[in-house]
Amino acid sequence: MLLSFLRPGDLALILLAAAGTALCFPLFWQGGAGDKLVIRQEGALFLEADLRTPREIRVPGPLGETRIVIRDGRARVVADPGPRQYCVRQGWLSRAGEIAICAPNRVSLMITGKDAPYDSLNY
Amino acid sequence: MTPSITEIKVDADDLRIARLAAAAVGLALADAAIPMPLPGVKPGLANIVALLVLARYGWRSAAWVSGLRVVAGALLLGQFLAPGFFLSLAGAVCSLAALALAQYLPARWFGLVSWSLAASFAHIAGQLLLARLWLVPHDGIFRLMPVFALAALFFGVINGLVACRLQQEFMPEKPAP
Repeated sequence: MLLSFLRPGDLALILLAAAGTALCFPLFWQGGAGDKLVIRQEGALFLEADLRTPREIRVPGPLGETRIVIRDGRARVVADPGPRQYCVRQGWLSRAGEIAICAPNRVSLMITGKDAPYDSLNY
Repeated sequence: MTPSITEIKVDADDLRIARLAAAAVGLALADAAIPMPLPGVKPGLANIVALLVLARYGWRSAAWVSGLRVVAGALLLGQFLAPGFFLSLAGAVCSLAALALAQYLPARWFGLVSWSLAASFAHIAGQLLLARLWLVPHDGIFRLMPVFALAALFFGVINGLVACRLQQEFMPEKPAP
């Protein structure tokens, strides 16, 4: 059979190459993953939170409380008193530059990272 | 044939290299005819010839065969001096450099599959590097790295095994163990 051509070193090299290839995927495709969440209230900095530590944040605004959850390196708005719920429906944010704005309650959140290519507002 | 003043002396080596290069060009054309989802991802069948030539006749011959294959293949495909030509040239140069080192791996442990893997990974590395430096001067091109690496792994192993099989079949002087 074809596989009988493989010598021990060949097998080792194949495994090494496979491992390297597997390593390529997170290395080159998770680029741009954010590492911090910046929450603003009325345009002023409310809180900067690390995305690696799961937590729940309540941000008070003119309409009530906006609830934000950080989990698994991502963040999202889980509840907002705004009428149209745009920022809630935005879902999970994980990449640098991603942003959700709860305009009625004057809360915004944005992911920042080492290599944010642009911010989605100014872009 | 009309006698000419500048007669090029053709020795057995030249004939052999020409024959093998023709085989490589044929495979390169077959390569180009296979539809692939991403430009730049190719089986690289011509490398099978390069591997066999390296095993049998040494690195110099392999370099000749590869070089002729790149130039003649590009001429036949209408790619000569187009970006694709320089990409495949860069790939071939890097492959040959990798093979120059890989051929000294102890034969007891490493066979043609190892050579093939070294060549295929060197090939994508050279291609991507040239593309980054010249065609797409942005780091975004490295996003393609995983796809290319996967292709290099897959086709590297396949081509290596095919080369082993052909070596056993046609070159019994140096049988595969």
